[in-house]
Amino acid sequence: MRWIWIDKFLEFRSGEFARAIKNLTLAEEHLHDHFPGYPVMPASLIIEGLAQTGGILVGEAGGFAEKVVLAKIPRAEFFGVACAGDQLVYEVTLTDLRSEGAVVEAKAFLNGELLADAEIVFAHLDNSRANQIFGPKNFVFTQQLLGVLDLAKAQARAREAGGHPEPANGAAEGGGEANGQPREPQTVA
Amino acid sequence: MPTYEQIFEKVQATLVDALGVDEEEVTSNATLQGDLGAESIDFLDIVFRLERNFGIKIPRGELFPENLTADPEWIADGKLTTKGVDELKSRLPFADISKIEEDPSVDKIGDLYTVDMLVQYVQSKLSTS
Repeated sequence: MRWIWIDKFLEFRSGEFARAIKNLTLAEEHLHDHFPGYPVMPASLIIEGLAQTGGILVGEAGGFAEKVVLAKIPRAEFFGVACAGDQLVYEVTLTDLRSEGAVVEAKAFLNGELLADAEIVFAHLDNSRANQIFGPKNFVFTQQLLGVLDLAKAQARAREAGGHPEPANGAAEGGGEANGQPREPQTVA
Repeated sequence: MPTYEQIFEKVQATLVDALGVDEEEVTSNATLQGDLGAESIDFLDIVFRLERNFGIKIPRGELFPENLTADPEWIADGKLTTKGVDELKSRLPFADISKIEEDPSVDKIGDLYTVDMLVQYVQSKLSTS
């Protein structure tokens, strides 16, 4: 199993906002254990998907120079469950960013309804200490995880080349309000 | 300029949100780590919330200094040297250093971070902004 809990970015506004989707399928082992006969997405993995969406948003804002780690979840509320066959939409807004870390407001939607609402604090690892322990490799932003963003960028370029140009970066946010509805991909930096 | 009491109430609410403690626990003398159970990562969360709630800018290391025990001249046999205590005084101007002067054990440094220290820090930031 790959530790990637988002499938695709629908929207990515550098330093501001990201929207990603997660499709739930019975091919995922964990749904058979959680729970047998009643496959619902564990809340912890919804948090992980929100954190991956937010972590990439935070990391990209700093050019992926920092190792961004999930530090704390001060608040998380769940209002329902998502089952196999459902599609979750994750919306994350960067509210604070400083040299030590960042805070995001994160929401998960199912069929346009709010399913989860959380606040997530990220810390930037001290690079000198992290390098001593883990080496210079950025173990947070692995190529596999960043591949999700790379794919969205590639798709945006392909659409542009196909004669359906996307709005320029930063200009497509109109209506970027949280609503959970999957839309046509917009701004992917 | 808000009064000490007004700032205290807002700091109290900030700590209730950041640390999940009850309002009654957040007294002026309460220590962040010992009494309120704050861990190192909570300090970052507290900084974010204070900035947001008071509209102030807190430069890195100004409220919660880093590497307070980094210099070998500041520590000897698990205790702060005179130089180390002086360093604390200059980097934590709003902390009650008298306690650590009585018992300069390194593990007492955490007790310097109190609710009162936060209130005084915010008060000074608001007065200069």
